[in-house]
Amino acid sequence: MQKKTRTRISPRVSMPMRDAVERGRMFSEVALGYSQEQAVAEAGRCLQCKKPTCIKGCPVDVDCKSFIRMVARKDLKGAFAKIKETNSLPAICGRVCPQENQCEKTCKLRPTGQPIAIGRLERFVADNYYARTSCEEETGGEACSVVDESRKVAAIGSGPSSLTLAGYLAANGVKVSVFEALHSPGGVLLYGIPEFRLPKSVVQREIDSLKNLQVDFLCNYVGGMSVTLPELFQQGYKAVFLGVGAGLPRFMKLPGESLIGVYSANEYLTRVNLMYGYKFPEYDTPVPPGKNVVVIGGGNVAMDAARTALRLGAERVRVVYRRTKGEMPARQEELEHALEEGIELEILSSPLSFHGDDQGVLNKVVLQRMELGKPDESGRRKPEPIEGDTFSLETDLAIMAVGTGANMVLTQTTPELKLNQRNYIWADPETGETSMNMVFAGGDIVTGAATVVEAMGAGRRAAREILRRLEG
Amino acid sequence: MGIIIQKRALIPKRVTEMTVKAPVIASKARPGNFVVMRLHMKGERIPLTIADADPEKGHIVIVYLVMGKTTALLDTMNEGDAILDICGPLGRPTRIEKKGTVACVGGGTGIAALHHIAKGNFQVGNKVVSVIGARSKDLLLFKPELEKISHQVLVSTDDGSLGHKGLVTEVLKEYLERDPEVKEGIGVGPVPMMRAVAEVAQPFGIRTLVSLNSIMVDGIGMCGSCRVNVGGEIRFACVEGPEFEASQVDFDELMMRLQAFRSQEKKSMELFEKKELL
Ligand SMILES: Cc1cc2nc3c(=O)[nH]c(=O)nc-3n(C[C@H](O)[C@H](O)[C@H](O)COP(=O)(O)OP(=O)(O)OC[C@H]3O[C@@H](n4cnc5c(N)ncnc54)[C@H](O)[C@@H]3O)c2cc1C
Ligand SMILES: Cc1cc2nc3c(=O)[nH]c(=O)nc-3n(C[C@H](O)[C@H](O)[C@H](O)COP(=O)(O)OP(=O)(O)OC[C@H]3O[C@@H](n4cnc5c(N)ncnc54)[C@H](O)[C@@H]3O)c2cc1C
Ligand code: SF4
Ligand code: FES
Repeated sequence: MQKKTRTRISPRVSMPMRDAVERGRMFSEVALGYSQEQAVAEAGRCLQCKKPTCIKGCPVDVDCKSFIRMVARKDLKGAFAKIKETNSLPAICGRVCPQENQCEKTCKLRPTGQPIAIGRLERFVADNYYARTSCEEETGGEACSVVDESRKVAAIGSGPSSLTLAGYLAANGVKVSVFEALHSPGGVLLYGIPEFRLPKSVVQREIDSLKNLQVDFLCNYVGGMSVTLPELFQQGYKAVFLGVGAGLPRFMKLPGESLIGVYSANEYLTRVNLMYGYKFPEYDTPVPPGKNVVVIGGGNVAMDAARTALRLGAERVRVVYRRTKGEMPARQEELEHALEEGIELEILSSPLSFHGDDQGVLNKVVLQRMELGKPDESGRRKPEPIEGDTFSLETDLAIMAVGTGANMVLTQTTPELKLNQRNYIWADPETGETSMNMVFAGGDIVTGAATVVEAMGAGRRAAREILRRLEG
Repeated sequence: MGIIIQKRALIPKRVTEMTVKAPVIASKARPGNFVVMRLHMKGERIPLTIADADPEKGHIVIVYLVMGKTTALLDTMNEGDAILDICGPLGRPTRIEKKGTVACVGGGTGIAALHHIAKGNFQVGNKVVSVIGARSKDLLLFKPELEKISHQVLVSTDDGSLGHKGLVTEVLKEYLERDPEVKEGIGVGPVPMMRAVAEVAQPFGIRTLVSLNSIMVDGIGMCGSCRVNVGGEIRFACVEGPEFEASQVDFDELMMRLQAFRSQEKKSMELFEKKELL
């Protein structure tokens, strides 16, 4: 039975890529996207199941089956509108969602190893038929309601959760102001995920389209400092959404971790992405140079840091991870891309200490060899140190990508907000409402570091609830 | 955006005071807070302390020492020019309560930052003793301003051109020996001065704070560039500071980390001076 299916199903249309050697030295986007011909061919593989299972795999309920059908018929406008019905950031999701764990995992063709490349198709549709001005295309439905200035909602932070909330509410005639502490909006999409994976122009396009819906972006505003929550209500905002993210980088409290040459991935990536440090000295912000780079961690953030270091001229980049390759939390595609580009893995190891010269400049990291023991709460086998088995690597740049915690600026100035045990903001899972009336929260600040699309899902849920309250 | 309302050279080509229109920040600024600014589209983000704020006029005052590229560029800007981005107020404000006598110790450009803190203490009714020092009389900032809000201003200069000849911490020590009523000390200035303040104040057992100036990028707790070692713990100066208990601070580490980008900073400044960079 399995075999039969396999012979009938043609393989996925592969996506054009830049050459691994060439791209390993440049910041241009790695994956080039489908041509129309390729997209139509890929869409043509879809079975158009009576009971499609792909949709269930999508946290924001994109009607994959329908939009794929439209792509197959070359109705790209229709496909775009279909996706936009439930997903306001398709160009971004098509690039950064872990589809292998979502729609492509639940796709009926998955058992053949060749599920429909839903993410690539989504990206194709968004890139090719992006709506710039038309409200109709923005919402995927009829023309939007006129924005009613008296129904104002504030969003604090401008990551994907807030952007989604803004898109949903604005399309429904609500005036949204987004307050961002940094000098440009986008959150992690801007300062974290690098250009070669998510071009800044793509993020900008999504933001511009929100501006067309009269969403205001107020940068350099720090929620809790420049403006407090009670003040926002005094200024006439009817509801406030908190999407401030989980950007506080963690360190491991190891000896030598403050040497010159040890950076958090957030600092490294922020210097490069937000501040354009890779264009120093034309741009003022310096980036620490590194010829022999060690990245600690195994997630997307670690991969992004490693691939960035390579592009900035590193001769050798090693990713140090305490479990094995199969357990790495990074998106599969990113891991593969990194390996193709020549990033090396140092698995089953964990840093013990960093060492430097008399100027405090890093030159070595000492690591502990690990082995996998019994499964822990997460179901993964727990890495345990192998007594006495240590080794060291020479390095001039170590990047810590070992997780992040809740951003504290807002929570430390707003003691009324109830936090959960892990210091994230507590929010009702159904409505997104926090312990403060008409104050909602979502995204990484509620769940801890997660994914773009989950943050979007939270933004959408909160937006729906806010709209219900404003109307009811 | 912040329009420069007034520019005043305190020490020509070295230290300048600027009054900038920033109504939102002015309405919220409390002593101890700082701003992060970016001057142009290709600029870096640098932190500067809010030396004073006038919520009615919507103005804040900054005082900067020309150190490198960004402060040198700032110094080419004039009244009417706009600072592209100005974000704040940032940092935890100084905890100001009525508690009696407070010794406010400032060195160099730090005296400007100290001013706002001294003023806050004065306004809640504390007895403010300002102890300030510089290399020479001409380089001593904010003395007249501090005199308005201090019960006493004690001065030291390295060359003896005004006040005590020697270090500001010598004056502090002598004062602490004389006045047992001092309840709190606060030091703002170069790292060696702050370290000395910590050492001098320690035997007297008074709570002493110092304001740390580690290298910052975002200023909102997302990069860890500003991390300092306080009591053996990693703390982020931008969101948990910039003020910390002086006796707990690892000043050696702070000094070391301030050098992290020295070669790039030098290059940037050289290109700027050769007018090859904006
Ligand atoms: C390097 C990196 C790579 C990643 N790769 C992927 C990937 O490939 N796929 C994927 O799905 N996910 C990825 N993620 C995770 C994903 O980016 C996040 O889960 C998502 O961005 C969270 O969105 P958010 O809306 O919660 O806020 P964030 O994107 O975290 O944005 C929060 C914003 O709030 C601002 N802010 C904070 N405090 C305040 C305040 N007090 N006032 C005003 N503004 C404030 C911040 O400056 C920031 O701009 C990655 C994350 C990183 C760091
Ligand atoms: C909370 C805080 C408040 C400050 N307040 C004042 C103030 O009121 N007046 C004042 O003159 N200075 C202040 N500083 C220091 C000021 O930020 C630096 O002098 C300035 O960034 C130097 O930039 P530059 O390009 O002119 O010099 P550069 O040549 O780039 O740097 C000179 C030196 O300044 C330090 N520095 C460089 N970049 C940064 C950065 N992004 N953040 C912090 N330090 C940096 C480094 O030690 C460096 O070696 C403060 C710093 C902090 C952290
Ligand atoms: S489950 Fe897969 S094959 Fe079926 S409709 Fe969805 S995408 Fe097409
Ligand atoms: S400056 Fe980035 S965390 Fe403090």
